[in-house]
Amino acid sequence: MTQEYDAIIIGGGHNGLTCAAYLAKAGRKTLVLERRHVLGGAAVSEEVFPGFTFTVCSYVVSLLRPEVIRELELAKHGLHIMPVDSTVAPLENGDYFATYADEASTREEIRRHSHRDAEMAPKFTQMMYEMAFAVKPIIGVVPPNPEKPGIRGLGTMKELGQHLHGLGKDTLHELTKIMTMSVADFVEEWYESDILKALASLNGIIGTLLGPKSPGTAYVLLHHYMGELDGAFTAWGQQKGGTGGVSEAIASAARSHGAEIRCNAPVAQVIVKNGRAVGVALENGDEIYAKTIASGCDPKVTFRTLVDEKELPDDLVAAIDKFKYRGSSGKVNLALDALPNFTAIKDPALLRGSVEICPSMDYLERAYDDASYGGFSERPYMDISIPTTSDPTMAPPGKHVMSIFVQYARYDMAKHGTHDEQRQAFGDAVINTLSDFAPNIKDIILHKQVLTPWDIEDKIALTEGNIFQGELTLDQLFFFRPAPGWADYRTPIRNYYQCGSGTHPGGGITAGPGRLAALEILRDGN
Amino acid sequence: MPRKSPFYSRTSQLCESQSWVDWSGYLSANMYELDHSHEYNAVRTSCGLFDVSPLYKYTVRGSQALALLNRIVTRDLTKCRVGQVVYTTWCNDDGKVIDDGTVARLSDDYFRMTAAVPTLYWLQDNSFGLDVEIEDVSEAYGGLALQGPTSRDVLQNLTDADLEGLKYFQIIEDKVAGVPAQISRTGYTGDLGYEIFVAPDGAEELWDAVVDTGRAYGLLPAGNTALDMVRIEAGLLLIDADFVSTNQTLFEVQRSSPYELGLDWTVKLNKDYFVGQDALRAEKASGPAWRTVGLEIDVEALEKVYRKFAMPLHLPYTSWTEAVPVYRDEGARQYIGKATSGTWSPVLKKYVVIARIKPQDAAVGSRIFMEATVESQRFAVPATVVKLPFFDPPRKRQ
Repeated sequence: MTQEYDAIIIGGGHNGLTCAAYLAKAGRKTLVLERRHVLGGAAVSEEVFPGFTFTVCSYVVSLLRPEVIRELELAKHGLHIMPVDSTVAPLENGDYFATYADEASTREEIRRHSHRDAEMAPKFTQMMYEMAFAVKPIIGVVPPNPEKPGIRGLGTMKELGQHLHGLGKDTLHELTKIMTMSVADFVEEWYESDILKALASLNGIIGTLLGPKSPGTAYVLLHHYMGELDGAFTAWGQQKGGTGGVSEAIASAARSHGAEIRCNAPVAQVIVKNGRAVGVALENGDEIYAKTIASGCDPKVTFRTLVDEKELPDDLVAAIDKFKYRGSSGKVNLALDALPNFTAIKDPALLRGSVEICPSMDYLERAYDDASYGGFSERPYMDISIPTTSDPTMAPPGKHVMSIFVQYARYDMAKHGTHDEQRQAFGDAVINTLSDFAPNIKDIILHKQVLTPWDIEDKIALTEGNIFQGELTLDQLFFFRPAPGWADYRTPIRNYYQCGSGTHPGGGITAGPGRLAALEILRDGN
Repeated sequence: MPRKSPFYSRTSQLCESQSWVDWSGYLSANMYELDHSHEYNAVRTSCGLFDVSPLYKYTVRGSQALALLNRIVTRDLTKCRVGQVVYTTWCNDDGKVIDDGTVARLSDDYFRMTAAVPTLYWLQDNSFGLDVEIEDVSEAYGGLALQGPTSRDVLQNLTDADLEGLKYFQIIEDKVAGVPAQISRTGYTGDLGYEIFVAPDGAEELWDAVVDTGRAYGLLPAGNTALDMVRIEAGLLLIDADFVSTNQTLFEVQRSSPYELGLDWTVKLNKDYFVGQDALRAEKASGPAWRTVGLEIDVEALEKVYRKFAMPLHLPYTSWTEAVPVYRDEGARQYIGKATSGTWSPVLKKYVVIARIKPQDAAVGSRIFMEATVESQRFAVPATVVKLPFFDPPRKRQ
């Protein structure tokens, strides 16, 4: 057995690639093994139909850590994020609600719906801003193990403690509320108009199988406020060419530092000898040896598929088996012959931003009720973007692509028949609902790609189709992610590491887990 | 009473923000929307359409047209072939820059010059005894700059001209949307792009056709705010920001030579006589007093300054052009020059600045300090000297 590489990264998702880029930058001979023909994991762009590039799964970027952009010089490698700076929600009465890049325009629009909310909105934003600022230092640190913190862990805890202590009473109160309340109750304290409450609640439920009234959802809202774009907090954007462009930029950075990246190379197993990871076995039987192995896959794949149970302590196995995935969303991507004619949206510039199909709090609550006992929402919440309005190169001239994030859609859709029948029924529900708001939609669809949570698991290898590699609920965050005692990217198997979104700071295109894992690997001298 | 460009009937309809500035006496849109960012991104991902009609334009014809222009500008126009455009500076006798602009050779003895400041008298003054006919055609042509990666696709839909064959800094005359035009493969953005000049009576027709066709290619009308950001990324100087025309100032300290502006490559000392040649030769021998460089601001250091105020990092959302001092040391005791324009570059994810500093500090890689004001307090923030341009994609020359 000859060690060909210093490090092998399993999975060419954006975190695996980030980990590889940092290791290669530190001089490690690094190999990335991706099972698909294309890089990116869930941050992937594919020309699914000729001439039409879909941002297949993830579709917006905000949480990507600025230090990763800087340290890996991602702009030089093709990162180009364009602002998604407006939101519009068509309402069921034919009216709409919108927010704009321009603050005053947004305030006037809110005033059209509620004078009181127009004055509350800046305070709400300010409060969320303060929360995000308060919680932010946590994103960039390796979670300490509260049971056995060690000197470094104690240092981290002391720093975080001092930081929290310095925040002041009001901020701490709000922080406690946001950590425990339901997003619906939380926004109820701020807004009176139904549509503002509904839209503010959305970010609390994305990616979790919880309703707006479920406790703990307020935190997910905060998670979505921690992004920044060019120094502007909470700003969201879209990558030119779809989110696969982010993965490609990170891959290019990794290659520039000497990393080797192989596609179509599915790993079957991590080879463990005497409690130490020494290499990987590919599905085709090839074995490749390295000093360090890191898995960018989710906790189930990392601990339950890639290694043998006997290599792991029972309590970890039990914790991993209890880790909640519960995919709650699907994706529909459309190739369009023209722009959709949303009845309520008169200003075409608003189609460059997000279009939210979530006309009321009741609508959202009903969407959740539908899915509570399996299946999907008959009238789901949809977060729609039309990336070709900013990047026309993703479709032939004059044509468009539309990305529709759909919630709720459960992993379990058994009552709708076979997977093919489920996909058909789910896709129909989405298009039928959409056609209530944009009557021409059925006439302009050239091609359609429908992904149920089952498809997401099958295609991207995300367990139960959870977009975050595990729900972002408080019991699965920071030193609980993915399991108590194993949140520092290490595993009980020596030289075997975790570097995916199933670790801190969690899901979304953050590159945080990949970076922090790489730094821990290097700290261990590997 | 501001003048109105031949495209004003269209730009005024589109300019939602009603944000206009005075550009050479013309109303010129700052931005069409209330926020410039889509216009900025259009230039880098699809294309932006700028009304550049306020540029001063002159034609020079006659058997000695070449001789006249070559006597004025610092580049060697004898090397300029028909159909070629050159960027150049022109100076006074002291070798100080009057202006920069382009000279296009439309035939052997027919040239067209663009300028930022009025230049007719300067041309006439230097033409004594020469067989030339000089005409101010500033108002005889409206100009559009179509700039960005999809600009060629848009334009090719509207003209039979061979745009693939039209190389960087070349010009041809052909019809665009049926309107006789000069199509120049140039721009002020550092991207793939074209400048199209037409007679005013064809202006509206041209605009409508370009905007109509451009819709499928992500075209947005774009204003000066976006333009200033992209020209800084492209390392292109702006008059009255990065330098002052020597004719527009009484004060020696405000004048600068092409060498001081980093435009050494535009000065061809070995050609026949041109205005300022002796002074520039002497300056070249002794070395210029200043050098113009690119700076990359250390954003992490700037973030630390904001932390002192318990504030998150704030980056300039648009460009700035009010000069700030640059120092050799963090204590801000040794003044070494000034930063003349800067912007956060969304495409580069860097804070980039054009500065004019002492030659001994101008080596690429030097670490110097730029003044930054946070909450009305002054700090010196580290910056690294880098080569210009900051942004230089291969498509710029393709």
